[in-house]
Amino acid sequence: MKKFVALMLVLILSLSVCVFTASAEAADVKLGIILLHDENSTYDLNFINGVNDAVKALGLSEDQVIIKRNIPESQECTDAALDLVDEGCNIIFADSFGHETYLLEAARQYPDVQFCHATGTMAHTENLANFHNAFAAIYEGRYLAGVAAGMKLNELKANGQLKGEKPLMGYVGAFTYAEVISGYTSFYLGAKSVCPDVEMKVQFTGSWYDYNEEKNAATALIAANCDLISQHADSMGAPSACEDANIPNVSYNGSTVASCPNTFIVASRIDWAPYFQYIVNQVAAGEAIATDWVGTIETGSVVLTDINEQAAAEGTAAKLEEVKAELTAGTLKVFDTATEGFITVEGAKLDSYLADVDTDEAFTPDTEVVSDGYFHESEFRSAPYFNVQIDGIELLNMMF
Amino acid sequence: MSEQKKSAAHESLFHLTKRTEVNPASAMLIRVIAIVLGMVVCGLTAFLLIEKLHGDPSKIKDFYACFIKGSFASERKLWKFLKNMAILQCISLAVTPAFRMRFWNIGAEGQTLMGVLGCITVAFYFGGRLPEWQLLILMLIAALLYGAVWAVIPALFKAKWNTNETLFTLMMNYVATYVVSYFLVIWVPSGSSTLGKLKYGKLPVLPFGNQYLLIILIVLALTIGLYIYLKYSKQGYEISVVGESMRTAQYSGINVRRVIIRTMVVSGLLCGLTGFLIGSGLDQSVTTESVGGQGFTAIIVSWLANFNPLVMIVTSGLISFLNSGAAQISQDFNVSGALPDVIVGIILFFIIGCEFFIHYKVVFRHASSEKEAVK
Repeated sequence: MKKFVALMLVLILSLSVCVFTASAEAADVKLGIILLHDENSTYDLNFINGVNDAVKALGLSEDQVIIKRNIPESQECTDAALDLVDEGCNIIFADSFGHETYLLEAARQYPDVQFCHATGTMAHTENLANFHNAFAAIYEGRYLAGVAAGMKLNELKANGQLKGEKPLMGYVGAFTYAEVISGYTSFYLGAKSVCPDVEMKVQFTGSWYDYNEEKNAATALIAANCDLISQHADSMGAPSACEDANIPNVSYNGSTVASCPNTFIVASRIDWAPYFQYIVNQVAAGEAIATDWVGTIETGSVVLTDINEQAAAEGTAAKLEEVKAELTAGTLKVFDTATEGFITVEGAKLDSYLADVDTDEAFTPDTEVVSDGYFHESEFRSAPYFNVQIDGIELLNMMF
Repeated sequence: MSEQKKSAAHESLFHLTKRTEVNPASAMLIRVIAIVLGMVVCGLTAFLLIEKLHGDPSKIKDFYACFIKGSFASERKLWKFLKNMAILQCISLAVTPAFRMRFWNIGAEGQTLMGVLGCITVAFYFGGRLPEWQLLILMLIAALLYGAVWAVIPALFKAKWNTNETLFTLMMNYVATYVVSYFLVIWVPSGSSTLGKLKYGKLPVLPFGNQYLLIILIVLALTIGLYIYLKYSKQGYEISVVGESMRTAQYSGINVRRVIIRTMVVSGLLCGLTGFLIGSGLDQSVTTESVGGQGFTAIIVSWLANFNPLVMIVTSGLISFLNSGAAQISQDFNVSGALPDVIVGIILFFIIGCEFFIHYKVVFRHASSEKEAVK
């Protein structure tokens, strides 16, 4: 009897050890998140939502995630990262462009901890095994949103409701910076793919978040005869100007249908949850994290919100599904330089372009990014580097 | 006269009298009571605002533990706390000479930011072209110069045309922010306006102790130095006389204009030095947020310490302690970044409010009429 009990005990013990080690891997992961601001900024909120969704999907416990809010782009970022290391985090993620050099500092000190940085550009040149950049091919999402815009313009044209002779779009941008340029150009190309004679005017605000400036810019564009507005800036300024003037709007970062029921068509956004799941899974499995990770439509990182049927043109949903399938299959390229007259710079075809992929102090262009008939955006590194000014888009001002 | 007093006493429930002399022990007691009350109100506020506390009131002790944890939980946290305290103390030292003169300089934010800009400008253009020690000396000189110039402009206007120094120094803060934005646009042609950490011009680290030790020691030396300057030097005495009364100063033969300008130069130099410590010792970069509002917090630190550099060690320590504790609460309870501001705000409200009770006495009708009777 005693022997039997002992045997049972050993069995139970070894079984429980097995179960324990099986679940121990995911339980070993502790995620530290460094945010520039907090929930009040749509940019940071998008990351908080991404973390929460990933935690739910992976079944992580509450104390496996630590979020540090309002960490400036300074030595404070290094301090915050090191503090997270002390608290036992083995993956540390920072969300703002300016955090990068300070996060690198912490990465050099702790080679066993993985450091991940969104929107950054230095991972592929620093050669640190534990430092990684991530972004999403949001230009594909912008392109899809542009298709929805182009269809709306076609509808307006068919109904004789265009303000001028040619369909004209307005775009409110933050800075004259690659991420923004890549965004509005892909949006424009999406529209052009279904509405070939479309033109676009871009007004920059010089701020990532400024409600009044964005609203003023949108209002000015509407007054300049734009038939449709889109934006790359984080406030509700442009969408609300559109609702006031009853001008259709294609949004970014999230749906604005609640406050703009008559004019909101669709919005594209980056969903960060897939990336958080990816890094947790890689570390749990003891695998390396990609130096430059680019989220796509396929990974679920580039997403569109629900289409507002009240404002969108008929058949938009079906058309978007069709284009999405082509993008996923790789048969359609957003920055298609091969098709005659699609992308031109001062009337000439774009055969070759040197982009500044490897960041250096003088910002010298270093990499040929046009080949095989398209501009290879987000392939040489995750963060966008398309900053070509193409025909059909008029910049009303510049904000560096 | 006594009739009037009596009728006034009958009309209101209580009245206020200024304390003729303040007993330091009771003043300290009032301050401690204020901080304790502030903490209690913080706890109640947190209880209402933090969802995690709703189901489990026993967690309220974790809430208070965060204050200790924020500054002292690990060696790194302790050093970070001391570093934050040192930087805040350094800016507080900078505003103090002008405040003792009753020159309300609220431009320390901009003066310090200009100090950071001056030091980073040198590092940006000469980094890698000069030996590090020469570079560091040039960075220090530039920081001091930028800080002093930014402080002396409002002082000159005050001395010449008697402009309002409060508004003038406040506006100079905004101008400084835009000057920094301007240079960031020039220096970063990619359009991101983010300079990032520079490779050259790093303040050396002492061979022993923590990387922040040098900064802490520098500020400690400055604290003692400024205390001696204000208390024992002729210039420090002149500052006090001008602060007491400009007329008295004039009659006793002090050149008030000169004292104003000279004192603001001292303030500006100290701000510039803080800018150098931030620029070379910490960030090795500049952004519009490099000073992060500490130039304004320093005003409270200096005022709470009654403009005494040694007492400021306590007040700057207290504010840094509250800030790191509040940030720890935001982290541990996973709540919005606005909550720390609310918590620090409540406690500061109590601390500043209690100064009123230190200088004034509340006399209730009942008690006062009894006193009258005794008289």
